Amino acid sequence: MRFSLLRPLLLLVALCCAPTVLLHAQTAATSVDRIANLEKQLADTQAATAAAQSAGDNAWMLVSAALVLMMSGPGLALFYGGLVRKKNILGTMMQTFAMMAVITVLWGLVTYSLAFGEGNAFIGGLHNVFLHGVGLAPDVKYAATIPLQTFMVYQLMFAIITPALITGAFAERMKFSAMLVFMILWAFLVYSPMAHMVWGKGGLLNASLGGRFPCLDFAGGTVVHVTSGVSALVTALYLGKRLGYPKVPMPPHSVVLSFIGACLLWVGWFGFNAGSALGAGTLATSAFVATHFGAAAAAIGWSVAEWLRQGKVSALGAISGAVAGLVGITPAAGFVTPMSALWIGLIVGVACYFMVVKVKSWFGYDDSLDAFGVHGAGGTIGAILTGIFASSTINPIFGAGKPTGVLEGNGHQLLNQIVGVAIAWSLSIVGTLIILFVVDKVIGLRVSEEAEREGLDLTQHGEEGYDWAS
Amino acid sequence: MQKIEAVIQPSKLDAVKDALVEIGVSGMTILEARGHGRQKGHTEFYRGREYSVDLLPKVKLELVVSDEMLEKAIHAIITTARTGKIGDGKIFISKIDEAIRIRNDERGEIAL
Repeated sequence: MRFSLLRPLLLLVALCCAPTVLLHAQTAATSVDRIANLEKQLADTQAATAAAQSAGDNAWMLVSAALVLMMSGPGLALFYGGLVRKKNILGTMMQTFAMMAVITVLWGLVTYSLAFGEGNAFIGGLHNVFLHGVGLAPDVKYAATIPLQTFMVYQLMFAIITPALITGAFAERMKFSAMLVFMILWAFLVYSPMAHMVWGKGGLLNASLGGRFPCLDFAGGTVVHVTSGVSALVTALYLGKRLGYPKVPMPPHSVVLSFIGACLLWVGWFGFNAGSALGAGTLATSAFVATHFGAAAAAIGWSVAEWLRQGKVSALGAISGAVAGLVGITPAAGFVTPMSALWIGLIVGVACYFMVVKVKSWFGYDDSLDAFGVHGAGGTIGAILTGIFASSTINPIFGAGKPTGVLEGNGHQLLNQIVGVAIAWSLSIVGTLIILFVVDKVIGLRVSEEAEREGLDLTQHGEEGYDWAS
Repeated sequence: MQKIEAVIQPSKLDAVKDALVEIGVSGMTILEARGHGRQKGHTEFYRGREYSVDLLPKVKLELVVSDEMLEKAIHAIITTARTGKIGDGKIFISKIDEAIRIRNDERGEIAL
């Protein structure tokens, strides 16, 4: 029974195999083709996936770059413009706007290379002057999924707003020409080295590219806010007070303009901080959320302090608090949890309130629009708090599971943060003093007393912000 | 002819103007003004710095009326502009020697 069945079965197998054996060579050729086909499909899919991620990241980064420019363009110009007297509004707005033009050209010509080109631990080299080698291919060390030109233009927006922040300290009394020269020199002497040290390849403080002192600064607490704020203080002290300050009342001429400006700053700051993830991934979400929470908590912190001391919550106080919080969360966003962001915002909001309201009048300097009180103080406190609150679950920058901030057990990080802050302070003080001295000797920093009384709009620009007669 | 200069609260301008037109006042000039009397202004705070604002926004009415119209006009202003609180304003009366209509050189009360 079993054999009778087995025999035809064997025959069948033999019959089936015969052509297979005969066609073996042909079949082998087909498999090779199929494998090649599959490999090609896989490669195509991988390329398409990479292209899609690259496109997604690039889209977010271009939007972020535009958002950061919006912080200068209408944002800061309106915020500062509303705080000065109405005879100085155009002069104040033009100081920020001039940065949008001048720093851009300078960046393309040379300062990008000094900040992000290959160099030593302190400053970049001249390999990328005239944007040489800054093309559409990514630079893997900076951001693997976006064109290097996107990275370049994104970083440019930071280089624009940073000097623009300083203008708040010398508002209503500096010559336009002197301001331009000051800012150009400042971009060379202070911004470029600081940006290189913290973010550039091989920078002394770079936490992700092997710096000697890895200082955590996600979006520019030291590079942007400490440098601008401390330089602002130095400038305010060097220039002296505005005529009549503090006896002559100089209230803001339009808190409404400042209000709009501050809200634009808040929105633009999402590009500033979440964009600093240099991609559209989860890290951008962390930074976005932390930014928002920090700003909200600081607005509340400043407002409550004001409420307790003055009995009222002012609009100017609330928006100033929000801006202070955004400054404070700048180095921390992308390293901290939303709850830590609330703490950072609250601490910075209250601290900046006391800097602006009490400390400034104790020392009597005329930091006209509180560039130091908000950016210098907020940036310093934020940078130090970043070292405390940084969490490896949000951003394992030192390796997965390795403690990042003090609260995770990396006490040494506090020292790194302090080193970063100390370098930013020193560089800003020395660099700014040298520049002020040179510009003062060559063209003079302040407008004449007459021009100061008449206002910057008329004397520096030959026009008026508000023409009541027409 | 008499000139009435009345400094009043800006919020009362419409009521006062309507009352004056009602009694037959033919014209007036309105000026936006700042000033203070016994009401000493208020205090504002900007980033903790205190600013005392002692000149407050007011509206000044100027109108020239005939002698017989004077009391009626004063009464109209007082009743409509009064809130009873400090800061209601003041009225000043002075004599006018001549009024001239530029268009046709008419003189005296007919020019009002």
